[in-house]
Amino acid sequence: MKKKEWPLFEVFIRSKNGLEHRHVGSLHAADSDMAMENARDVYTRRAEGVSIWVVESRHIMASNPEHNGELFEPAQDKVYRHPTFYDLPDELKHI
Amino acid sequence: MNNKLYEYLLMLGDNSMILGHRLSELCGHGPNLETDIALTNISLDLFGQVRSYFQYAAEVKGGEFTEDTIAFLRKDREYRHVLLVEQPNEDFGHVIGRQFLYDSYHLPLLKQLTESKDETIAAIAHKSVKEARYHLRFSSEWVKRLGDGTDESHQRMQKAIEHLYPFIFELFQETDIEKEMKELKIGADLSRIKEESMTTIGEVLADATLKIPESAPRMAKGKTGIHSEHLGFILSDLQYMQRAYPDMQW
Amino acid sequence: MDIKSLEERFNERIDAGESIEAKDWMPEKYRKTHIRQISQHAHSEVVGMLPEGNWITRTPTLRRKVALLAKVQDEAGHGLYLYSAAETLGITRDEMMEQLNSGKAKYSSIFNYPTLSWADIGAIGWLVDGAAIINQVMLTRTSFGPYARAMVRICKEESFHQRQGYEIMLTLANGTPEQKEMAQDALNRWWWPSLMMFGPRDEDSPNTAQSVRWKIKRKTNDELRQQFVDNTVPQADYIGLTIPDQDLKWNEEKGHYDFGPIDWDEFWQVVNGNGICNKERLKARNDAWDNGEWVRDAAIAHAEKRQNNKVVKKSA
Repeated sequence: MKKKEWPLFEVFIRSKNGLEHRHVGSLHAADSDMAMENARDVYTRRAEGVSIWVVESRHIMASNPEHNGELFEPAQDKVYRHPTFYDLPDELKHI
Repeated sequence: MNNKLYEYLLMLGDNSMILGHRLSELCGHGPNLETDIALTNISLDLFGQVRSYFQYAAEVKGGEFTEDTIAFLRKDREYRHVLLVEQPNEDFGHVIGRQFLYDSYHLPLLKQLTESKDETIAAIAHKSVKEARYHLRFSSEWVKRLGDGTDESHQRMQKAIEHLYPFIFELFQETDIEKEMKELKIGADLSRIKEESMTTIGEVLADATLKIPESAPRMAKGKTGIHSEHLGFILSDLQYMQRAYPDMQW
Repeated sequence: MDIKSLEERFNERIDAGESIEAKDWMPEKYRKTHIRQISQHAHSEVVGMLPEGNWITRTPTLRRKVALLAKVQDEAGHGLYLYSAAETLGITRDEMMEQLNSGKAKYSSIFNYPTLSWADIGAIGWLVDGAAIINQVMLTRTSFGPYARAMVRICKEESFHQRQGYEIMLTLANGTPEQKEMAQDALNRWWWPSLMMFGPRDEDSPNTAQSVRWKIKRKTNDELRQQFVDNTVPQADYIGLTIPDQDLKWNEEKGHYDFGPIDWDEFWQVVNGNGICNKERLKARNDAWDNGEWVRDAAIAHAEKRQNNKVVKKSA
């Protein structure tokens, strides 16, 4: 019988209040309670965070890079979504 | 008075130091990386406390004393820790059992010491109490995992508790110095600690499906300097450099 | 797309300096090379805990103790980051542990040398970490994204390691004659193995060309080794220690130090398992893993029980 391995978790940390959580890495834990403790011990040894999220890696749905063309390229020519698309006189302020 | 305060600081510091030493022996040898890192964090917390206690003890003592002469240059009889913390790392069950039993005492101790009339002790306790709260959480969770895990882990954890539990009573036996410190409101009241500690132990062991041993308390006089045979070997490691190369800067 | 055009597209991305991510198409050899290299790197961190860990209980002061504990612990962290990077390529941590424990996988040979005195802790921090940093800084720009990101994190954390080691050497070199001798003896023993850490000479390193092509490595073994010598010689001079190499001298024309020949027989002897501590290192890793098995199993069993209890409570 193949041994059961501790599942892989992804760790997200908010480095200080006001900022978003960012992915910092992964670790193994038997369950999410332990993953939280391990994340604290592994990823905040240098006071890197004020809040931790952990999620088991298998619950993350990732986009397929083979679909990158249809997923992301159509957005590239939508220049009218960006402020620089609109011509306004330079002397105009606060707009 | 100063001498008694000094002795009391040794009791506080030595427990943290010897327990931290035992944990530090495991660094690089844990059951996996995550657990290895977690145990080393606890060891680092404990050594941080040791430094605070001994720096203050050196100040109290005056003269040539430093945190390092206090940590490394006493004779075995002058160490004031309890026998529980010098018990060896028999297996991970013993490591966790020892940690849990000590944490169940350490947290209520530090909670009381935050109210100490001695401002330095209160300040050290204020910082350390958060560490101890995490340690207790960590060790309690692991006692439950191992107690209520597999048959093998249950047996090993029960065996570890059988061995270690009789040592906890020493923690609550008041010495003259502890009595005096309590009366001066510098030190803690051990009877109050005992109550909280025994409640924690009862709850966690029950959750862990472990039995509280019925064996009698071990005869233990660590606080007055009589230790088990383990201490000599601990000190031969701990003191090696300072003894082999005396009076040098490192 | 057929394999050939996928491979062309992949090479274009490499040439353009793009990062390759785990789910991207990659040549099988690129994947395998990475699994091997990243896991070897991780093994080196983990085995690297042992020679230094050997001195944790014997540090001369409390300040040195917390620094060393934190440093060795960092190495566990770095092993963990690297194993995680390798796992994105479809190998599990347990599989990698199995490769290490069985002796199938390699790790940096330097850790098969013994730590004989306190000064060795200084020498390892100064020289071994110094050599490792040169390699690791290069790897922060490696083409495989998860590896590069792990390296960024590791380099940030490692910055104190070399300083920690050099400070120990500095203190010893400024200490009593006995202490200075201890420092010199450590330098004598660790110098040549540190130079060997960069691997065989370029002409004897068949994988280098492919690694450079794929931007796994951005410099060759000999280039990195030269950089290490150039960095380190002035640091030895500064504390009055002598590098054990009679041929060592500044070459004005090249702007580099010339140094003597490396004993490659010794290198291969250690690589092939016959160093002073190869067997002991492997045994320590196996013991830790085997003695931890019941602990890891218990945690899984307990987690399953908790999960079942939750399900029962919900349905009740």
